[in-house]
Amino acid sequence: MNEEPSPTERHFENAEQQRDVATLGMWIFIATEVLFFGVLFMAYTFVRWESPVTVAAASRHLELGLGAINTAVLLTSSFVMTLGIFFNDRGRRRLAAWLLVVTALMGMFFLAIKTTEYVHVINEGHFPGTRFQYEHFHPETANPMPSGIVGALGTQGESHPQEIPSVSELFFWLYFVMTGLHGLHVVIGVVLLLVIAVMLRRPGGASRNTVHNAGLYWHFVDVVWIFLFPLLYLACHWKF
Amino acid sequence: MSTPEANRGYLEENTLRSWLLTRDHKRIGLLYLFSILVFFAIAAVAAGLIRLELLSPRGELIRPEMYNRLFTLHGVLMVWFFLIPSIPSVLGNFILPLMLGARDLAFPRLNLLSWYLFIVGGLLAVWAILGGGVDTGWTFYTPYSTTYANGQVVTMVAGIFVAGFSSILTGLNFIVTTHKLRAPGLTWFRLPIFVWSLYSTSVILVLATPVLAMVLTLVAIERLWGVGIFDPALGGDPILFQHLFWFYSHPAVYVMILPGMGVVSELIPCFARKRLFGYPFVAGASVAIAVFGFLVWGHHMFVSSQSPYAGMVFSFLSYIVAIPSAIKVFNWTATLYKGSIALDTPMLYALGFIGLFTVGGLTGLFLAALAVDVHVTHTYFVVAHFHYIMVGGMVLAFMGGLHYWWPKITGRMYPEQLGRLAAIVTFIGFNLTFFPQFVLGYLGMPRRYSMYPQEFQFYHVLSTAGASILGVGYIMPVFYFIWSLKRGVHAGPNPWSATGLEWTTPSPPPVENFETPPVVTEGPYNYPQPAAPPPVPPPGTSGE
Amino acid sequence: MFPIWPEQAATGARDVDNIVIALVLMALFFIFAVAGPILYFSFKYRRSNPVNRFQSGRRTWPIEIVWTVIPLVIAIGFFTVAASTYFRQRHPPADAMEIHVIGKQWMWKIQHPQGKREINELHLPEGAPVKLLMTSQDVIHSFYIPAFRVKQDVLPGRYTSMWMVPNKPGVYHLFCTQYCGTGHAQMSGKVVVLSKADYQKWLTSGDQSESPVMEGARLFRQFGCSGCHAGSRVVRAPDLAGLYGSVVPLEGGKTTVADEQYLRDSILLPNSQIVAGYEPVMPSFQGRISEDQLMALIAYLKSLGADGGGGSNQTLSYSDERGTIPKPEDTPRGGMK
Repeated sequence: MNEEPSPTERHFENAEQQRDVATLGMWIFIATEVLFFGVLFMAYTFVRWESPVTVAAASRHLELGLGAINTAVLLTSSFVMTLGIFFNDRGRRRLAAWLLVVTALMGMFFLAIKTTEYVHVINEGHFPGTRFQYEHFHPETANPMPSGIVGALGTQGESHPQEIPSVSELFFWLYFVMTGLHGLHVVIGVVLLLVIAVMLRRPGGASRNTVHNAGLYWHFVDVVWIFLFPLLYLACHWKF
Repeated sequence: MSTPEANRGYLEENTLRSWLLTRDHKRIGLLYLFSILVFFAIAAVAAGLIRLELLSPRGELIRPEMYNRLFTLHGVLMVWFFLIPSIPSVLGNFILPLMLGARDLAFPRLNLLSWYLFIVGGLLAVWAILGGGVDTGWTFYTPYSTTYANGQVVTMVAGIFVAGFSSILTGLNFIVTTHKLRAPGLTWFRLPIFVWSLYSTSVILVLATPVLAMVLTLVAIERLWGVGIFDPALGGDPILFQHLFWFYSHPAVYVMILPGMGVVSELIPCFARKRLFGYPFVAGASVAIAVFGFLVWGHHMFVSSQSPYAGMVFSFLSYIVAIPSAIKVFNWTATLYKGSIALDTPMLYALGFIGLFTVGGLTGLFLAALAVDVHVTHTYFVVAHFHYIMVGGMVLAFMGGLHYWWPKITGRMYPEQLGRLAAIVTFIGFNLTFFPQFVLGYLGMPRRYSMYPQEFQFYHVLSTAGASILGVGYIMPVFYFIWSLKRGVHAGPNPWSATGLEWTTPSPPPVENFETPPVVTEGPYNYPQPAAPPPVPPPGTSGE
Repeated sequence: MFPIWPEQAATGARDVDNIVIALVLMALFFIFAVAGPILYFSFKYRRSNPVNRFQSGRRTWPIEIVWTVIPLVIAIGFFTVAASTYFRQRHPPADAMEIHVIGKQWMWKIQHPQGKREINELHLPEGAPVKLLMTSQDVIHSFYIPAFRVKQDVLPGRYTSMWMVPNKPGVYHLFCTQYCGTGHAQMSGKVVVLSKADYQKWLTSGDQSESPVMEGARLFRQFGCSGCHAGSRVVRAPDLAGLYGSVVPLEGGKTTVADEQYLRDSILLPNSQIVAGYEPVMPSFQGRISEDQLMALIAYLKSLGADGGGGSNQTLSYSDERGTIPKPEDTPRGGMK
């Protein structure tokens, strides 16, 4: 075991205290992130509760295949990360460093697929804002007006049955905000992993505890996605 | 393990770099002290202008557009840039490691980052103010703030967001420090109550502030891109905003009182020279307030169109959350019984706190009563209630703590007679400012009004007069504290003969706090108790 | 010179004041119970006073229990009384006269059922229950009459209501009490309580306008509603007679009560809730109809009785094609948000 622990900071009694402190700190940080994302999950719950049909219909327009690939990628990357921790704990620092790099690469792959998805959604006219085009959902939307109706009615082609266009836009807004925030956390995680991988190459670079805590962060990012995926991509399969 | 460098006084090295790149919790506490006082001054000036405008019912010293920006500025700066950081980031940063027998907080660099985030947030807020201001009120209700308001809403919200992360990191730091860096022998039930209060406060900071950060982000997104969940015109719900906002902002008010209660729990035993009465109950009450504080947010929304059944649940829980605070007040009072009481300046502030907090808390019971709240919510009654708690409570506790720990922080005593005088002036000025506002509120005077019916003027004049006296009470310490830095009597390690690890180290403390790490063998507030008096001989026997 | 207590000008005011007086007495008791000992102990046990301070080590938890339980009991007592008063405040009597209020930056627009409109003033008859049906055209406002001890936030996109029974003629303040922008402090007005006779006289004086129900009937034709809902041979639309207050079965198995919010949502977002057995073909009127017009339409719809006859201005005839909406006699009366 050529474990070379990083030097203890001067205000700690010993290395064990420093490790405990770092781990507790990471857990508390994760708790704050849960509350942070929690607001978005509440917003999603509200929108879905109020307009389940619109949410289901809008969800159908997400790329389920790409989302599923991303889920597989992220889950596997968590496994790779765990392998990295496993080997690092046993002193195989070089191997661990490579495993962290692979994890980071998988994270980057995730981001690449995400970007593709975003481009696709935007091209379909579903980016929320003034350019949002509801009609692209239902080009066949026709609303036959009975003849003889006089009134201040303008265009034909209103919303699809039971759907509310503004809520469709809201769903996509939630999609971009939630996956965007998650993506930001993935970026941070990728950078973190690469930095630690480099540190692991040098003796006394990163301690076992540091790698453990990075693992905690990466797993958290994974868990958030595990909630996001069904809520956003599988909403259309809810039976109602 | 301490080196000569570690044993120098923490104030000795005095370069700009040593201050701006410090990792010493004591210096960071002082950096915060200076910063929050700047924001306090700006917000206090705004309050002064508001009170001047309110002297006359329809006069226009200040145009309505400006008035609305002034009360928003006052609320935003006072809540997020003064009250929330005040005791935790100033006194907590300085004293917590000392009380725990530690050399520093768990994450000293994170602590410095917290301060820089606070400054960046503050600068954004100032930029928002200078760039046209914000007139939404500190509560940012939608759809006004997202769709209708003109002004620097996004910049201001960004400033609060950044400052919020300052709070979160401070809270995280305190929790980890309390769990892991206690001196040997310092078990949880030997901790001073100040530590319990800071711990409870930190739990709230860590769990509630992220919610605020996200809600404000959503407001900014809605304002910038016109899509969102808070504007009914866009398919959203303004009540959803209120629920999310108050889910944070109610626990936030407990952030703005728990540390003050912690300070008072230190002052009373010291200046009565007696163990705190009911220590486990006071400690438990701190935790209970933090927990129940998360369950009552809907009491800000009784007339918002929230369901009456939800209103009843929130009202009931709001009564429950008052009980732990009452328990603390009774325990503090009982501590005085058969104590040996010295009415030094910190004690005057502590006793003032108990009186004013009790009034503020009792008026909270008025607001928790559903039928009464329908009448007094959105009026000056609420304004008076929360100022009794935040100013009469928290600010007085902050002043008391500052005076109490001043010799430890600076190595100098402040002038005692001036201290007492300022405390009394503050107490009188405060009551004259805010008590009339209870009457105004019950009469129907709405909040956030720059003009009002003639018959309310008498009370407004009283209130403005009080505010000028209160201002004097605030300014006096600024002068004598600065004076004391050069001319105050030098203080020894324990000028108050108090218990607590912070008093076992020199004043000011060395860089690494303790020359030898302390070991704790007894509980807190272990003041010597008087022995039983000699038995009185029965009458008739010969005295001997 | 200066008032100490607001006038009581409605029946609910006394209940609220009684609770407040009880709270004040309770508060005074506790303030003295705390301040008294503090002052006394600070004097008697001042450091320079050589008095006996010996305390035997007695257990403290009995007294902790006492001063926890007593405040708890008092708290629950106040909660119960205030909550039951509040519950009554939330349930208007069925025969309350309904007045429409629309808040907008920065004025109150008020319309009486007979048609008379006012701005920033609310004339009311003494002794009769009145229910305000309120909405906002823009941001959140709040309608507050201190002398009645009533207040209710007024929201965009939603109807809120409050009710009162004024019982003392006079002029009272009306305030907007939810910050709504630059003119928030100017959004105040007057509530004028008149005797019943004077109120009738006032109603028929000055500018007259259509009653909301009549205006609603006119709009019902003007916007083309009657084209589908009054017996079209081309489109099958639910019969609106007796709809208000009934339970409506929706597509998908759920049901909802047809209150003001339902009627409003049906006009603005018709496809969000389809009535069971009908096609989603109703167009949306979002952006084409004002809040005033919506309130008038809703008033008209509320006036339609089950038999197709309602007010004297009923001019529609219905075909025999009926939807599956149950008759109002066998449905529960709707509630109010």
